[in-house]
Amino acid sequence: MEGFAINGPRIVTSFSLFGMKVVITETVTHSFYIVVFVFLLCLLLTHKMEKLPRKKTQVVAEWAVTTVDNLVENTMGKSCKKYSPYIMALLVSSALGSLISLTTLRSTTADLNTTITWAALTFLLIQYNGLRTKGLGGYVKSFFEPVPFLVPLNIISEFSTPLSMAFRQFGNIAAGMVITGLLYGALAAFTNMLFHIGVPILQIGLPALLSVYFDLFTGLLQAFIFSMLTMVFISNARDEEPDAV
Amino acid sequence: MERAIVLAASAIGAGLALIAGIGPGVGQGFAAGKAAEAVGRQPEAQGDILRTMLVGCAVAESTGIYALVVALLLLFANPLINLL
Repeated sequence: MEGFAINGPRIVTSFSLFGMKVVITETVTHSFYIVVFVFLLCLLLTHKMEKLPRKKTQVVAEWAVTTVDNLVENTMGKSCKKYSPYIMALLVSSALGSLISLTTLRSTTADLNTTITWAALTFLLIQYNGLRTKGLGGYVKSFFEPVPFLVPLNIISEFSTPLSMAFRQFGNIAAGMVITGLLYGALAAFTNMLFHIGVPILQIGLPALLSVYFDLFTGLLQAFIFSMLTMVFISNARDEEPDAV
Repeated sequence: MERAIVLAASAIGAGLALIAGIGPGVGQGFAAGKAAEAVGRQPEAQGDILRTMLVGCAVAESTGIYALVVALLLLFANPLINLL
């Protein structure tokens, strides 16, 4: 029986830099594909913009920007509108990072390194906002909030926020990858058992149904949830009522 | 022999870890039921309700995801086998 293995991202190349071993994996190269794709997309959509949009590309670009602006404003309040580029970047890179699996490349979000990095950025933003709006005294005091006895728990909960965000995205996408991979393996084995031919004809069509859920739906939903949670946590840390909508 | 015991125990452990899936399942089902009630009562707020429910579901899911990560570790990146 042929072996079936779920591997981590393939290592493309590795070199040593200042005595440290730097490993370039598939995740890095695929992330660069996405960066280039988004860059070209932006160039295409914002090419020759006019004050009154007449071209479809500009309408699409304006729609995307307005939608994210409104989402950020509704969730975080008017004072946080400056975060909408960050949210847009998270949304696009997360959605494309998951959807890249439709082109048989490995999802970048099925690698814990990617999601941990995004979560770390969000963590820094949360702490920065907490420090800035509450001041150093208020920030330190917020850890002693209900009773001073709970300080360790408060610190742990502060760190568990980005960890759970990273694990959520990674877990969902990686689980989808594993389940789809298992299904492919099972279908190949079934074809071999039933028809005694090497060509796995049962693999045609059936996995597509699963792929719609695990690749399309989960990928887009997790991108949305990651940026939504980022917005919620940042605006919570700001410790002020969001403006009335 | 030791290796076989560790591998078998890891496989069983991975299976047991996914019992944690019961929790998020119940929680998300509860959230979805309440959201359906809310839409029934106030159909015009469907967009807001859906958005809130999805975020709530995502948060409720995290314990299940922790269990999944543990199971994936035990199956594909087993740290225990290196201790032998």
